[in-house]
Amino acid sequence: MMIARLARRTGPPVAFGVGFLAFWEWAVRFFELKPYFLTAPSVIWSQFTDAFGLVRGAATVSGGNAFVGLVAGTILGIVMSFALSRWRLLNQIVTPLAVALNAIPIFVLVAVLNNMYSITSEIPRRIMVALVVYFIVLVNVARGLTQVSATHVELMRSYAASDVSILLKVRVPNAVPFLFTALKVAAPAAVITAFVSEYFGGSQNGLGSRIASNIANSKNAAAWSYVLGACLLGLLFYSVSVLLENVVRRGGGRQ
Amino acid sequence: MSAVTIRHLDKTFNAGKANEVHALSGIDLDVASGEFVSLIGPSGCGKSTLLRLVAHLLEPTNGDVTVNGKSAAQARLDQDYGMAFQQAGLFEWRTVRKNIELPLELKGWDKTRRRERANEMLELVKLPEFGDHHPWQLSGGMQQRIAIARALAAHPQLLLMDEPFGALDEMTREYMQGELLRICAETKTTVLFVTHSIPEAVYLSQRVVVMSPRPGRITKIVDVGLTGPRSEDTRNAESFFRAITAVREGLRGMHAAHVAMGMDDR
Repeated sequence: MMIARLARRTGPPVAFGVGFLAFWEWAVRFFELKPYFLTAPSVIWSQFTDAFGLVRGAATVSGGNAFVGLVAGTILGIVMSFALSRWRLLNQIVTPLAVALNAIPIFVLVAVLNNMYSITSEIPRRIMVALVVYFIVLVNVARGLTQVSATHVELMRSYAASDVSILLKVRVPNAVPFLFTALKVAAPAAVITAFVSEYFGGSQNGLGSRIASNIANSKNAAAWSYVLGACLLGLLFYSVSVLLENVVRRGGGRQ
Repeated sequence: MSAVTIRHLDKTFNAGKANEVHALSGIDLDVASGEFVSLIGPSGCGKSTLLRLVAHLLEPTNGDVTVNGKSAAQARLDQDYGMAFQQAGLFEWRTVRKNIELPLELKGWDKTRRRERANEMLELVKLPEFGDHHPWQLSGGMQQRIAIARALAAHPQLLLMDEPFGALDEMTREYMQGELLRICAETKTTVLFVTHSIPEAVYLSQRVVVMSPRPGRITKIVDVGLTGPRSEDTRNAESFFRAITAVREGLRGMHAAHVAMGMDDR
């Protein structure tokens, strides 16, 4: 029963994915596309398995940067959102700024950050990831802490509840789903920012710099194998954030 | 002793500003212990404001509110009343039982005592098997029964209700009215009840307070005069219709006056 239901749900997208890869492979062979134009999936796969150690090494560097930045940005965002929900003036100053910064590609700032640290340092990349994550978490969690139901607040006041009680029993639980929404956006964004940050100099050790250097050297199959690694890393980050949500909110709210 | 005493009560919002609203003017009202009193009137007549002044969720501009012989402020601090709103306002991240336990948590009761009382309240509202459910698994009427259970969990002597059945369908609504009367009789609770349904006010109340808007005033107090416990027959009794007519005339008289003043805002 459960297997049948799982098959019905995952069947169509899996079939589509396999069909897409088959079409890609067929098109490359049939039209005899040159490898620098488009590399066949089979070639990418064999390159990926042959050089798995290298891809994994690069993914560890980029993934590590993304992870450190994600954790730091999340913690910073949560702390700041509490401050914003507490002091209205601060909220009025910071929120429009955060929303505006969220809309522009601030990861180019890494070029500036690179000048502040030694050329082999991973710190600028991590700071960049943290900044991107920070704004996503800040805007969402601050919204969760402040947009509480008017009935809930009146109810708590009728119980003569203190501001601290209202924070702990109403605002914080109300913000939890907002935090996970933020994380589901921030986790892939952290990975992307980690890759892109590598384009602006520094050590040539991560997935982003490997993709760039392999393309520069016309080693397209190798570049594609790192792209595959990048996709898997992004997927891993997203899956973990979804899994985390399911574990923490297990039965706790409407899914 | 009267449960609620209101003297010369005035409430003005945004006093002195361009958007000043004179919400209530010269309100005097006594609610006796164990009595069921409804506030009825068109929207904007200040009935919800009056309820919130009794609950001390708002501060009066002038006048006094006394609850159980104390100031409204003190009564709120002592949790002398329970409150229910049009929205059940259950916390969706808490189970039904944990929702009922919330006011007891804030009073600092220990876990076993809280659980005992919550189970007792679930029995009272006839939903004992739903303690571990989440609010969104319950129908609107069931959610509202849980909200009443929560409001009464700390055994307050006074229950303040702001259109609690306003969002329910007619069948559920009549069932809930019967349940509310049964629960209040069992717990000997005094009720101040805001509604804009005339039959609901008459069916539930010993007295119906008719209010008029701009500024909110009490125009008439109707003694319902239904004797004995309510039943389905009550809704067909002659005295029931008499009281409905009396309330309707109270509301209509006010409407006629408004038309005469060129203020028909129906």
